[in-house]
Amino acid sequence: MGAKNAANEAVATQHATFVIDRTFDAPVARVFKAFSDMEAKARWFTGGSKWKPIERTFDFRVGGKETAVGEWDGGAITDFRATYYDIVPNRRIIYAYDMYHSGRHLSVSLATIEFTAEGDRTHMKLTEQGAFLDGYDDAGSREHGTVELMNRVAETLT
Amino acid sequence: MLSDRLNATFAALADPTRRAILARLAGGESAVTELAEPFRISLPAITKHLKVLERAGLIERSRQAQKRPCRLQAAPLREAGAWVQQYRQFWEQQFDQLDGYLKELKTKEKKHGRKKRSK
Repeated sequence: MGAKNAANEAVATQHATFVIDRTFDAPVARVFKAFSDMEAKARWFTGGSKWKPIERTFDFRVGGKETAVGEWDGGAITDFRATYYDIVPNRRIIYAYDMYHSGRHLSVSLATIEFTAEGDRTHMKLTEQGAFLDGYDDAGSREHGTVELMNRVAETLT
Repeated sequence: MLSDRLNATFAALADPTRRAILARLAGGESAVTELAEPFRISLPAITKHLKVLERAGLIERSRQAQKRPCRLQAAPLREAGAWVQQYRQFWEQQFDQLDGYLKELKTKEKKHGRKKRSK
């Protein structure tokens, strides 16, 4: 907070970690394949019906890169760019990725996906740590927004 | 560790007096005695609350003199909020789509009456 970049614009970074646990009704090899095979991944890793893919590349190996660029109805473009850092077949994938929105750098994240076979089903855990970058904050209402946020958080605790 | 900090943040917010203190500080910095006033609890009790908030990084207490004004620090609250929500939501949606795709595969497999080995 308070740092300025070369263009003397305010630079602020927010950090957060979140975890998602899911169980899929499929054997672990099939789930892992959905992450490791380009065609399989393209069947679910998309922006949905309102998102039109423009560019997809997939090189699933340590040091390999993945990109998914697409356009939304209305013209906004999202750009996902990942590098793979660790791959243990049917067990673990670690990657880091940048997210851009219409040319604006939104975030840099580190994600770990762990797979555990549970009979014919698979437990998957995503642990993601992100640095969320300036520019997307509504600077003018930051304090007000913080109080609102605090109230919402407090509501979940009562 | 970030998750320790999130735990400390939520623990700090889990008390209505502390939430009220934060709400008061959102309006500007305040001395401890001023903060204590609306609460009808002892100064030591308020100080205890302030320590919890300070440890969670939610307030900053000036070291100057007697009054030791307190100030709200928003960073931990932001960590607990908006960005995480958006990203979590995005990935949950992707995994919903993954779930749909896996179900589709299973249905196709049943229809064809053969057990395909996952390639």
